[in-house]
Amino acid sequence: MRSRSWRPAAGHVFVSGYVVLLVAFGIAPTVYALNLAFTDGEGRFAGIGNFLRTAQDYRFVAAVGHVATYLVLWLVTLTVLVLLLALVVHRLASRWSRAALRFVYYVPGALAGASSVLLWLFMLDPSVSPVDGLVRSLWGDTFVQVIAPGHLPWIFTIIAFWTGAGGWITVMYGALNSIPYTVIEAARVDGAGPVKTALRVQLPMLRKWIVYMLILSLAAGTQLFVEPQLVSQAGFGVVGTDYSLNQLAYLYAFDQNDFNGSAAIAIDLLIVALCCAGLFVARGGLFDAD
Amino acid sequence: MRRRSHAAYRRAVPAATAAAAVLLAVAACGPPNPTASTKPTGAASPYGFTTAEQKDGKLVVWVDSTRLDAAKAYQTAHPGVPLDIVTYDGNANGSNTLKTKVQLFNRAGEGWPDVVFTTDNNTASWASQGDDAFVAPLNKGLLDDATLGGFAKGALDVCAVDGTVYCLRNDLAQVVLWYNKKLLDKFGYPVPKTWEEYAALGEKVAAEHPGYIIGTAGDAWAPEIYMWGGECPANQVTGAKAITVKATDAKCVRTARMLDKLVANKTMSMLPLFGPDFVKNQGDKVLMLPGPAWYGGAVFQGTIKTPKGELAVGDALHWADQAQPVTGNVGGGTWWLSRHTARLKAAKDFISWVATADEYQVALSPGYPAFSAAAAKWIKKQQDSGYYAGDISAPIAAAAGQVWSGWGSPEFSQEAIWAKTVIPGQTAGKTIESLLPDWQTAIEQQAQVSGYQVTK
Repeated sequence: MRSRSWRPAAGHVFVSGYVVLLVAFGIAPTVYALNLAFTDGEGRFAGIGNFLRTAQDYRFVAAVGHVATYLVLWLVTLTVLVLLLALVVHRLASRWSRAALRFVYYVPGALAGASSVLLWLFMLDPSVSPVDGLVRSLWGDTFVQVIAPGHLPWIFTIIAFWTGAGGWITVMYGALNSIPYTVIEAARVDGAGPVKTALRVQLPMLRKWIVYMLILSLAAGTQLFVEPQLVSQAGFGVVGTDYSLNQLAYLYAFDQNDFNGSAAIAIDLLIVALCCAGLFVARGGLFDAD
Repeated sequence: MRRRSHAAYRRAVPAATAAAAVLLAVAACGPPNPTASTKPTGAASPYGFTTAEQKDGKLVVWVDSTRLDAAKAYQTAHPGVPLDIVTYDGNANGSNTLKTKVQLFNRAGEGWPDVVFTTDNNTASWASQGDDAFVAPLNKGLLDDATLGGFAKGALDVCAVDGTVYCLRNDLAQVVLWYNKKLLDKFGYPVPKTWEEYAALGEKVAAEHPGYIIGTAGDAWAPEIYMWGGECPANQVTGAKAITVKATDAKCVRTARMLDKLVANKTMSMLPLFGPDFVKNQGDKVLMLPGPAWYGGAVFQGTIKTPKGELAVGDALHWADQAQPVTGNVGGGTWWLSRHTARLKAAKDFISWVATADEYQVALSPGYPAFSAAAAKWIKKQQDSGYYAGDISAPIAAAAGQVWSGWGSPEFSQEAIWAKTVIPGQTAGKTIESLLPDWQTAIEQQAQVSGYQVTK
């Protein structure tokens, strides 16, 4: 790859399939959404009219608050718990217990998104839940009390952690394994215990992986949709169908027949997610090549 | 060290690209470009709308799970008609499924079902107006007056916009008073006639027979039982896009106070009727329930399984100062015909049959038929079944004509607003009375989002 002239290589073949999908399902729809967001129903240029209109919607600020609260809870608990659990698994001496734990962590992630939420609807309904004692003591005696507005960010965080964190623990465990044994050994010789080794050696070396996890989780988290939508149906509408921004965009498109407003909210989400991802990349040094 | 970082870098690049792709996918929910749709004008049609080109094929029918029986009964009676029966949620609890799908079909220019059943009262408002109107007018030449005139007085109000009828009513859902006669006799209470007597009975039951309930308010349709029947002017549709909302009116306040009192002394349950908790904890504690005509089949026979010979019906409750006793209404299904249908004759035959034929409306319908001839036979059949204690036909038939006309059918769901505004507040321990201003604001905001001119 040192030569200046471009010539086809195996790498190009490998990425070509991805590029085609990226253009078809990533870039083309984005361009379409950008076009919709800046035009009105008749296709005339509308400036930032759609953005102003949707931002002034009484549901918009509430949805932003819901998603932001959820994201803070979810990203913080994800980072702390995933790293802690990965470090614990990595510390375990026995090969069997390591393999068993990694498998156990991964299992919930194997359930597809919506079906795992359905499973949680049963877990959270005190009248049918296998852990009803815990649910009752934490949140209340009836499903409607459980899904009270104040509980929802925590509930969605728990669902997201349960379905998504296992995969990340496995990834972090792999990353921990890639740290050369000599480095850990040197730390041990210098008198560092497990905690000090983790804080001073392992975590700094995992920084890029953590950033990577945060970017992907942020992208998934801002798109909160399935969880509130299903909770709304199961709760007979006690949780509105306008809880998250993505739901609001959905309502704009398919309830109010306002695709332009819907696209404007989607672009809002895109901008926020790109800015946060950019921040993480810059601060986390994801693309530093030393 | 260097090697590890390099490897990480190489793996991180596609990963970040993948992240970007995920972000971009946020915007990917847009459907394909709209195809040019023909704008129906109806000028040259004998039916008041421009019909689509007629073709052979299956008649696509959307029903909720309860009305699956209607479609199946039609199939049995007409084995030669090819049907494609699709079950959906029936637009219940303000889910807006039909609206969502129709707007997608409008954009795609194809895919509409030929016939749809809905349980809500909002469809006429959104589906009959504008360039993308979906439902076909029925009284502009498509159906004869004999069919349309056979429905109960006011039954087709929810189908009509400015005098044009767009649907056939499947069943009426007038609110009456359901009570357990055996229990009531055992306790020695008279059947209440007014809401005042009802509230007083609640106090007595709370003191003398704690645990028993005389109503529920945990469902999205609670305002349609109590507020509608109490003439609360929170939902007065005054034009195609105009609504008057006065949710803090004295009539709303007195209904709210009554409910708050009964909720506080636990004779009014806050559990959803069709949730698992209600059957388990209070199913055998139901002394009475003010509720729509379909409660008899769906709630008492279906959910809580009241034994034969115990259930009776009293006249709809009214406030003592109401000159004309009025009552509320909870849903009552409707049949709609798509103006895009390519099988107009079959679709017309289908909705006329399911809404009027004895084979469905009398033999199978769980609710009180809106078609008068079928209603008379239906109620006789119910009476003859021996399930009910005493005469149920007089109070149900009387209530059918008492539904207050001041509660309108806007294109948004009042049930959805109540469910997400008032019920969570009540769950948090607030009273309905204190939540009325929030309810007012929520209705106003939703009306404005739907493009309504709001008068307070």
